[in-house]
Amino acid sequence: MSPNAIVFVVIKILVIFALVMLVVAYLTLLERKILAHMQIRLGPMFAGPHGILQPIADGIKLFFKEDIITKEADKLFYFLSPALSIIPTLMIFAVIPFGDQTTLWGLLKEPVKLSITELNIGLLYVFAMGGIATYGIVFGGWAQNNKYSLLGGVRAAAQLISYEVAFTLSVFGVILLAGSLNLVEIVDKQKNMWYIVYQPVGFILFLIASVAELKRTPFDLPEAESELVAGFHADYSSMKFAMFFMAEYASIIVCSCIGTVLFLGGWHGPSFLPPFVWYMLKVFVLMYVIIWLRATYPRLRYDQLMKFGWKVMIPLGFVNIFATAIVLILVK
Amino acid sequence: MLESYVPVLILGVISVGFAFVTLALSHLIGERKPTEEKLIPYECGNVPIGTARERFPVKFYIIAMLFIIFDVEVAFMFPWAVLYENLGMLGLIEMLIFVLILMLGLAYVWGKGALEWE
Repeated sequence: MSPNAIVFVVIKILVIFALVMLVVAYLTLLERKILAHMQIRLGPMFAGPHGILQPIADGIKLFFKEDIITKEADKLFYFLSPALSIIPTLMIFAVIPFGDQTTLWGLLKEPVKLSITELNIGLLYVFAMGGIATYGIVFGGWAQNNKYSLLGGVRAAAQLISYEVAFTLSVFGVILLAGSLNLVEIVDKQKNMWYIVYQPVGFILFLIASVAELKRTPFDLPEAESELVAGFHADYSSMKFAMFFMAEYASIIVCSCIGTVLFLGGWHGPSFLPPFVWYMLKVFVLMYVIIWLRATYPRLRYDQLMKFGWKVMIPLGFVNIFATAIVLILVK
Repeated sequence: MLESYVPVLILGVISVGFAFVTLALSHLIGERKPTEEKLIPYECGNVPIGTARERFPVKFYIIAMLFIIFDVEVAFMFPWAVLYENLGMLGLIEMLIFVLILMLGLAYVWGKGALEWE
């Protein structure tokens, strides 16, 4: 690559990085506000009008907090695991397309692709990176030498690997239809019809499995507040604690983006709104659904969770794949 | 084609830099007043009993083994799914046989009760 191209890529990365961080910060406020209003409360109201500055205040507070490292903690993994959980999540954004091409209203001479890069194994890369993020939680839970966090970490390991299989199986219907792992190509194939129409079971499986992968209610057993205090991050404080949360919220964005790209037609939509706006609208709808679940469902019991993963999700995933494959042959 | 991986590398460097610089800065800037009690692992206010480096039920081990089998299987399915158009009927039958064998394994594990959590 020429130096010019590299500078251009770096600019693109920094813009997307800033955008993601902004959405991560405001997703915390959005979640608190949505949950509050669903429970007939107001939520944060003091920092700025309607609490609009709350995420910034939280960020500054957490940055300057005391960094407590408990006595018998394993120092190396204690430091490493928050970073290990956020780095892979941020790296997934390399392949996520935020739109087709743009010239920024004629500001640029050549159209620019709205993704950092385009890999022809895009979807595989997403799953690979998502898998690495598990290590951060497991190491973190173990490193603190705290029984609650150890339980949380081990639970997280068992839960994440169980639902990872179901998560991957749920997207095979889309790969079969599109015949590609390239996320931009998958979106292009949905120009006429969104894949959610052909893959309703796949979409439901994807949504359930991604909520489980995100460790959110009703699958939030690794950090179940009422039984494990805070689960895998019980003894973490300061920026390390914040980093686990940033990773969690960044993963919500990732899952919503992937769901939009695979099932909801990406940036395609009626032309009265620009593609990027359509894309963001769909992403926010999915994020809203994920937050909404938290206000609606109680937590599963652990044996129910594992039973559901292995006895319902995985067989159903295989049935969905082969039903799609057989229909594809019949249609041809 | 390898060129499209350069941005991934750059993003990786920036992400690693962001994570470690933020952690290090916060660690250095934040005020620290450690006391004996503060450094005890949290156990609902009690003095911790024993260590947390304990052995764990073998259930987790079985789930991990199952995961490896199914994840490898899923890895085999990626190229199959991408090339499905070209493989046609033969590809479908071959994959059905492959998955059926693994499903028999799952049925066996299921029957043995390895998926029950008591």
